[in-house]
Amino acid sequence: MSEHAIQLTINGRRHTGRVEARTSLGDFLRADAGYTGVHIGCEHGVCGACTVVVDGRAVRSCLMLAVQADGAEVTTVEGLADPEGTLHPVQQAMRDAHGLQCGFCTPGVVMTFAALTAEGAKPTEEQLIAAMSGHICRCTGYQGIRKAARILTSGDTA
Amino acid sequence: MSEADAPARREGAPGIGAARWIGKRVPRKEDARLLTGRGQYTDDVMLPGTLHVAFARSQIARGNIVSIDTGAALDVPGVHSIMLAKDLARQPITMMSFFFTPSEVPITPLADTYVQYVGDPLALVIAETRAIAEDAAALIAVEYEELEPVVTVAQAMGGPPIHPGTDSNVSAEIGDEEPEGELLDALNAAAHRVRQTVVHQRISQAPMENRAILATREGPEELTLYITCQSPHNIARWVSLALGLPEAAIRVIAKDVGGSFGLKNTPWKEECAVICAAMLFGRPLKWTEDRYEALTASAQAREAEMRLEVGFDADGRMQASHGIYDCNNGAYPQGADNNIAVHMFMWPAYKMPTYGFVSRGWYTNTNGLAAYRGPWAMESLIRETLLDKAARKIGIDPVEIRRGNLVYLSDQPTTSCMGIPVDDITPGECLEKLVANFDIPAFRREQANARREGRYLGLGIATYIEPTGSAGSMAPMTGELAQVRIEPTGKVTAAMSTHSQGHGTATTMAQCIADRLGVRYEDVTVYEGDNTRGGFGPGAAGSRQGVIGGGAAIRASEMLADKVKTLAAHLYNASPESVSIEEGIVHIAGAPEMSRPIGELANIAYGEPHRLPPGFEAGLEVQFRYQPPPMTMTSAAHACVVEVDADTGFVKILRWIASEDCGTVINPAVVEGQVAGGLAQAIGMVLLEDMPYDARGNPMAATFKDYLLPAITDVPIFEYIHANTPSKTIGGMRGVGEGGAIIGPPTLVNAIADALSPFGEIEELVLPLTPARILDVIEQRDVSGTARLRAGVREMEEAAATAIPQAGPANAMAPPAASLVLPGGTKTAAATAAAIDGDWNLVLKMPMGPQAMVAHFQTDGGVLSGYLSASEGRQEFAGGSWGEGCARFEVKVEQPMKITLKYDLQVDEDAISGRCKMGMFGSAKVTGERAGRR
Repeated sequence: MSEHAIQLTINGRRHTGRVEARTSLGDFLRADAGYTGVHIGCEHGVCGACTVVVDGRAVRSCLMLAVQADGAEVTTVEGLADPEGTLHPVQQAMRDAHGLQCGFCTPGVVMTFAALTAEGAKPTEEQLIAAMSGHICRCTGYQGIRKAARILTSGDTA
Repeated sequence: MSEADAPARREGAPGIGAARWIGKRVPRKEDARLLTGRGQYTDDVMLPGTLHVAFARSQIARGNIVSIDTGAALDVPGVHSIMLAKDLARQPITMMSFFFTPSEVPITPLADTYVQYVGDPLALVIAETRAIAEDAAALIAVEYEELEPVVTVAQAMGGPPIHPGTDSNVSAEIGDEEPEGELLDALNAAAHRVRQTVVHQRISQAPMENRAILATREGPEELTLYITCQSPHNIARWVSLALGLPEAAIRVIAKDVGGSFGLKNTPWKEECAVICAAMLFGRPLKWTEDRYEALTASAQAREAEMRLEVGFDADGRMQASHGIYDCNNGAYPQGADNNIAVHMFMWPAYKMPTYGFVSRGWYTNTNGLAAYRGPWAMESLIRETLLDKAARKIGIDPVEIRRGNLVYLSDQPTTSCMGIPVDDITPGECLEKLVANFDIPAFRREQANARREGRYLGLGIATYIEPTGSAGSMAPMTGELAQVRIEPTGKVTAAMSTHSQGHGTATTMAQCIADRLGVRYEDVTVYEGDNTRGGFGPGAAGSRQGVIGGGAAIRASEMLADKVKTLAAHLYNASPESVSIEEGIVHIAGAPEMSRPIGELANIAYGEPHRLPPGFEAGLEVQFRYQPPPMTMTSAAHACVVEVDADTGFVKILRWIASEDCGTVINPAVVEGQVAGGLAQAIGMVLLEDMPYDARGNPMAATFKDYLLPAITDVPIFEYIHANTPSKTIGGMRGVGEGGAIIGPPTLVNAIADALSPFGEIEELVLPLTPARILDVIEQRDVSGTARLRAGVREMEEAAATAIPQAGPANAMAPPAASLVLPGGTKTAAATAAAIDGDWNLVLKMPMGPQAMVAHFQTDGGVLSGYLSASEGRQEFAGGSWGEGCARFEVKVEQPMKITLKYDLQVDEDAISGRCKMGMFGSAKVTGERAGRR
């Protein structure tokens, strides 16, 4: 199995590594880089739990190889809150809306919301809900995730 | 319409401080770490020296193992070891059921000499990475002698026993197949006899976090397990008993768990294999299941078929009922039972005079069943859908048929036809609240108008009750322990026996503590998820933690508040009654200058023993184990509105209202989260989820593209009405974890059936109701092929019924199968009339598993007396009868409830068999042999 040297930015910090060609970005982020907030739920691109932001776009880290992320800027759920600990608006909306129970699907949900609301983007509630159709939550029945989508698009509180 | 924010009624619980935390929608304690990626799930834990495990698994459903060649796999660089069943056998393990009873059929962590289902683990590979372990596992070559698999219940009925040493595929059986006596008379006399059949598909619990374990043996006397589970205490207890190790040496840690829903009650084959391997190999071993394994080789749930008949009088009042239940337990279920709870909870919410049933569990060459949210939920599904069918047939409104039969508060206390005391349920009151909040006549007008436009709307209503907070009725179900302390800093910490897999118990328990102690919610931290931290608790099973854990937290906090008051009264020369604690400040009535932060008193309590009152135990620590009533009932009525597209068969859920009485609500957001999560799973069960097996026993839903979980677009916004009738427990809570998954399915099915009613009935309810199955009704032809499949199943069942002796009392009296084929032909009754005097080893097939006992008989002419002796004690009996090889006697037992057991046994030389009638539980099979024969 061929090995490749890669260099990328993860949550604003430079990271180098050697990976097998077959290693997924998700496995690399968890096992090599130590970002265990990236959750591997299905490894076939359906559940969305492993979603991270690569160069500004939400991607499923189980469907992307680590070598493909060479030179990329990657943000995981660990990189959202500010260093003092203030939650990112998406994280705060999810907390206010009781948008999670077991928390396993949550990092993926948060990263998709974060990618779609980044840099002043103004998605509609319907657009956020449509994006959420690519995330499976087994606990909540999506009630709080819907509320979070409303908070993020209307500025309402829970 | 939500009344969720209304404060819970607090009868019998006078307030201490001004701040009320019980009843508040506070943010969850767990969320800050989970939202920032700092949760700790099992796969997140890495210990120095950890090696990784992958399994080679059976690719056939049934067969003997001829050979396993691990040569090529061992040559893969990075592979440390490959273990087969014979290797793991050096660490003996006794796998037990959910009820802590040893399995009736042999279960080993790795398949030994034969395989019983596709996915049965055969070999455990230990390697430096999971990828290498998988590479190696793929190179293990297995040669099988393949046998014809037994996949369905119908095949199990007529097919060969899959487990060696068993005489049939029945894993458990109880009751009577045909209605008899007064029950039969009542059914025959009924004005309307309505039947319902439900064929429930197999379900994958599918928590988002798959199973995972990291096991490390720390020297010869300590074992540490990181394992995703429903209770670290329960895992420690189970592993201790399974390995025969003192529990003190076993530490189990499960800080964050990504859902479970019944799947992770007990470690199963793979987790046990990793534990045994770690005991033998001396390095930390980690196995994290991937989704393919989870869907195809994890335990599954639900697959069952039930037929229910109810006789009604001309006014729609119930007269009698009979049910037949068969579940497909798979090869190695976590409880090889027959789901007796289906029958226990079929009727206590209704005025049903008499009910009879037979309930059977069957072994097949499929994955074993485990629990899933409301394991007995078939009762609500079949009862409530039958009621709507009956309402249409009799020509009365679905609400009226329920009003006429439900047990309202004004009817209580009463006892159900199965002997269950009913004195604290409100299904009727929940229904009235629901109806008051939903304009049914307006909906019927809308429905009629829509139909004229070719749009098909439907309204479904269902009511139910649910036993929650179970404690003391079976081995795993105990009370809960709260250990609450005020640290010298004034910070409040608690070690709870509860455990969250998403339930948010660190939040709700902290609310109970803050409320009753009089401190700020923010100042309370609850620790759980480690068996060395709190006392024993079985965790999340049976909607119990809010009820029992909450009661424990409340009482412990009240006791701790009393301790603070005693100390303050002594220090400030006041009476304890004049002391109050509010927001963490201790006040003396009428002396505001004396107010002190609770931490100041804590400092004194820990550090200045000379200032403490005489006899006052230093420190501010209290523990309380709450042993609640055996069960606490939750009631609900739900309504759902759907639109069915008559062209495509697609169902759109337009509205859903839950009217739920879960007593005191600790946190409305948590309660609604539990209800909503259960309802989403209900929607999945009714419309989407299916784990089918093909004819060769291959599981057919191997990915989330095949196993369809509800997405956000499949689940509507739910509306809630909380009824809040406090229960009789400390705090007044009622359990709410499972209810949505129990009442959701019939509510949705009833709505769909109502929408389809212009076309016809859903004659047999085969789940899931796919668009094709809905088109079966709309187009009145077999669009889905289900009718053809079901006809095949019926043919097979009928063939099985004629091929093997009928189950039931008549057959149970027959001698064991072996004696039928002895040389010399059929024996006569006279020849079998052996003596009964002496000791016999008997096995009584109880609903929870087989019960072994020793029977001692002595005869005096035709009069039989003696005793039955088991580990629980000895019961004498006298006045029985003996003659013609037939023994009849009665034994009265007090625990777990008062029942007269009526034995009817047949002796055939050294073998004995027959049945035991067990009151409300129906009758159970008894087998045995003369003691000392082997």
